[in-house]
Amino acid sequence: MTSIALRALRKEYNGQVAIPNLDLDIADGEFFTLLGPSGCGKTTLLRMIAGFNSIESGTIAFDDVVINDRSPSARNIGMVFQSYALFPQMSAGKNVAFGLQTRNVDRAESARRVAAALEQVHMAHLKDRLPGEMSGGQQQRVALARALVIRPAVLLMDEPLSNLDAKLRVEMRDTIREAQREAGITTVYVTHDQEEAMAVSDRIAVMNLGVVQQVGSPAEIYRNPANRFVAEFIGKTNLIERDLLQRNGASLLELGDGVTIDVGAAIDPAATGKVQVSVRPEAVQVGDGGLSAEVVEETFLGSHSQIRARLRTGETIEFLEFSRRDALWARGEQVSLQLNTDMLTYFDAASGVSIMRGAAK
Amino acid sequence: MKVPGDRFDGWTSVAVALTGGYLLLVIWPLVMVLISSFSVDGGMSLAGFEKFFSSRLYYGTLVNSMMVTVCVTALALVVAFPLAYFMTMFRIAGNRTVQMLILASMMSPPFIGAYSWILLLGNNGMITTFFQDLFGFKPPSIYGFVGIVLVLTLQLVPLIFTYLMGAWRTIDVSLLEASESMGITGWKRAVQVISPLLWPTVLAGSLLVFVRAFADFGTPMLIGQGFRTVPVLIYSSFVGEVGTDTSFAAAVAVIVIAVTLSVFLLQRYLASRQKFSMTALRSIEPKRLPGWRGVAAHAYVYGFLTLALAPLIVVVVSSFRNTLYGQFVDGFSLDNYVDSQRDIMRYVGNTFSIGITALVILVVVAVLVAYLTVRRKGVLSSTLDTMTMVPYVVPGLVIGIALVTAFSQKPLLLTGTFTIMVIALTIRRLPYAVRSTTALMYQLNPSIEEAAVSLGASKFRTLMRIIVPALAPGILSGAILSWVTIITELSTTLFLYNTSTQTLSLGIYAEVIRGQLGTAAALSTLLLVLTMLSLFVLMRLPGGQKELRV
Ligand SMILES: Nc1ncnc2c1ncn2[C@@H]1O[C@H](COP(=O)(O)OP(=O)(O)OP(=O)(O)O)[C@@H](O)[C@H]1O
Ligand SMILES: [Mg+2]
Repeated sequence: MTSIALRALRKEYNGQVAIPNLDLDIADGEFFTLLGPSGCGKTTLLRMIAGFNSIESGTIAFDDVVINDRSPSARNIGMVFQSYALFPQMSAGKNVAFGLQTRNVDRAESARRVAAALEQVHMAHLKDRLPGEMSGGQQQRVALARALVIRPAVLLMDEPLSNLDAKLRVEMRDTIREAQREAGITTVYVTHDQEEAMAVSDRIAVMNLGVVQQVGSPAEIYRNPANRFVAEFIGKTNLIERDLLQRNGASLLELGDGVTIDVGAAIDPAATGKVQVSVRPEAVQVGDGGLSAEVVEETFLGSHSQIRARLRTGETIEFLEFSRRDALWARGEQVSLQLNTDMLTYFDAASGVSIMRGAAK
Repeated sequence: MKVPGDRFDGWTSVAVALTGGYLLLVIWPLVMVLISSFSVDGGMSLAGFEKFFSSRLYYGTLVNSMMVTVCVTALALVVAFPLAYFMTMFRIAGNRTVQMLILASMMSPPFIGAYSWILLLGNNGMITTFFQDLFGFKPPSIYGFVGIVLVLTLQLVPLIFTYLMGAWRTIDVSLLEASESMGITGWKRAVQVISPLLWPTVLAGSLLVFVRAFADFGTPMLIGQGFRTVPVLIYSSFVGEVGTDTSFAAAVAVIVIAVTLSVFLLQRYLASRQKFSMTALRSIEPKRLPGWRGVAAHAYVYGFLTLALAPLIVVVVSSFRNTLYGQFVDGFSLDNYVDSQRDIMRYVGNTFSIGITALVILVVVAVLVAYLTVRRKGVLSSTLDTMTMVPYVVPGLVIGIALVTAFSQKPLLLTGTFTIMVIALTIRRLPYAVRSTTALMYQLNPSIEEAAVSLGASKFRTLMRIIVPALAPGILSGAILSWVTIITELSTTLFLYNTSTQTLSLGIYAEVIRGQLGTAAALSTLLLVLTMLSLFVLMRLPGGQKELRV
């Protein structure tokens, strides 16, 4: 039952700044995910919380107690590593028991908790196997049990699923989510896979270059991205740039082909100049009276197709369409694209920052 | 592992203590030798060096040593390459046994080889007398240059061979198939494709052969007769056939270190220019070689094996021959063992007590140093790492001299004690042990250690409960190899023992010098049996090291 507060955190590697100045609050019992492209500092931050990385300045507090100088072994954390990091000479059961031994939990109690932890990750039957004799997924389950069994204040996971195949990843992420919910442990989870982040997280912090871009629930981040980086990193989007026109007190964007949208209600009244419109694929549908476009390519994906079309302005729009029984779109075919204006978001073209009313910062 | 601010903790104290110990026991004695080489009667002088370069009697030994070393290194390579080639590319009957026996011949002490070639081809050797009786003339003499080169080559071929076999395993078969598809096969492929890939290994192996051959003392001492090499010169001027000249011995020692160090640095430089790493997804599958070529390959492999094992067999057989005043006479019995059983008990007892003590300290220090260099990178750790490598380029004899020089006066009067024997053997082996343990440590995923710490384990507990057990198989097989080299070590301890600390290998040397050939053969047989047993255990270890490096 622990909340985490990071204040003005700074991290340098040999003078190179990895994280310039970072603030975050993670609530008690929350499943919190650090998401961002490779090299953005997720691992760095996680290891700072764990105590394996030095901190140049700022503070880390668990339940308002600053723990900067506490050694990792005294932080009461559970950690799950990308490489599983099971002790190779110990069986699954012994691996899980290790943390209990260091806490001097008595034998009977320890055996009971080990059994329960292995049960929870569906690994009770492989208790006596050595790590070398287990598959990657099984090893990761044991690693999860090992981290959970000590009832840590905070559970830290660094890309725990990235060494597993796609199917197993989906299965394991459910196990992780389930186990975390059951135990109610504050969890910090690192991934660069946005789908995985969406699936498991209560809240996500999207990071880039050591800076937190946005913090919010998966839906908030997807529907109302704080800036262009977030919009592009989370899900797919099409960006089209237009001048913001003020006419008769209304704020208008002329998208072309006579389609003009009134964005006055959606955007910050102070916004001016060039605006980028973020059009999610699901905001586009083929229908009369929209923007004229020419089909460039249709990729058939089973339940749906992904279609790329070019507007008359030369901009490309990608969108999805449920599979139809008749033929696919042919290359060069003319279509008219309607946009669902409720699903559009707007950014200042120069800064890339969202100009939506009530945009998250 | 990074710890906040790398603050002073238990590990720093360990590093400081190890560095201190090393400075006292290795660096300081070597500095004493260096000082002694530049001083005569307390004054600064180059007399030792002048003396060395003024007479052919002295500088000639350097020429001799270089001749021997270059010949041995070249020959060892030339012999070992086809050996490794046949063993990896083709199916050789009894492959595993052959490898094991080659290893055994490498691990037996070189002076036993020398001694046994004397038994075969010496003035009264078995083959010599046989020839004389049959044809009325003697075969070419085994003494001198030829004998030294023969013995050392046979001894060191297995060393390069094991290096080459290890490297060969990392070559992916697709490289060979690719070259074959371009029409390059057979010997052309061996030379054009395989040898460049093996080049770094060849360099590393050659360095080791060079250093070993250059520093070897037992072989030229026993079989060299008039042909003196530098270690023999150091020995005789230090022990003083014609009066001790410590300053001269020290000067020669410094010259020897200079030579080995230059070769070491040259090897480093050459190796650094050619860096690549390979891992075989599919390693080479040995093929059946039909017809006369198959016969030839077998003849080569088994021919070498016979030559390499001959000395060992001769020694064992000789140990059961009757002797009179130390010389062999007709008939067989157990007399050699029975008559000197009290000495044997003493030698064996010392070998075990000194050897095991040294081994335990060696393993502990090697683990600590390896841990510090791999996980606690810093100035102190890298200094320590470099320092432990020093004995690698310093011949055993010189380490012995250094220890005698430093520890023969109060308050540090240690010469002749159990302690100094243990110290000498430990520091002699330390470079090898540290290297192999460091390699093991690098293979261990750092996350494993972090996992232990995150579960609340202290650093010491992590080391003892997680790291050491995880590396245990590797550490154990490394320890057995160290054990074998400790019990067969001669030159380092030659100046340091007295009768109460005399080990088997020192006993053999003393008996040969005293002309007690029967006792020497019996002792050698015991040492060989001990070595073989150790290697046998090593081979039987679960997950035992496949690639044995010494
Ligand atoms: N030990 C280190 N020494 C120097 N620089 C480092 C070190 N570890 C990380 N960095 C640098 O810090 C930055 C952040 O790295 P970090 O490992 O935290 O990224 P990440 O977000 O976890 O990336 P990935 O998704 O690839 O794991 C990178 O620019 C990286 O090069
Ligand atoms: Mg990372």
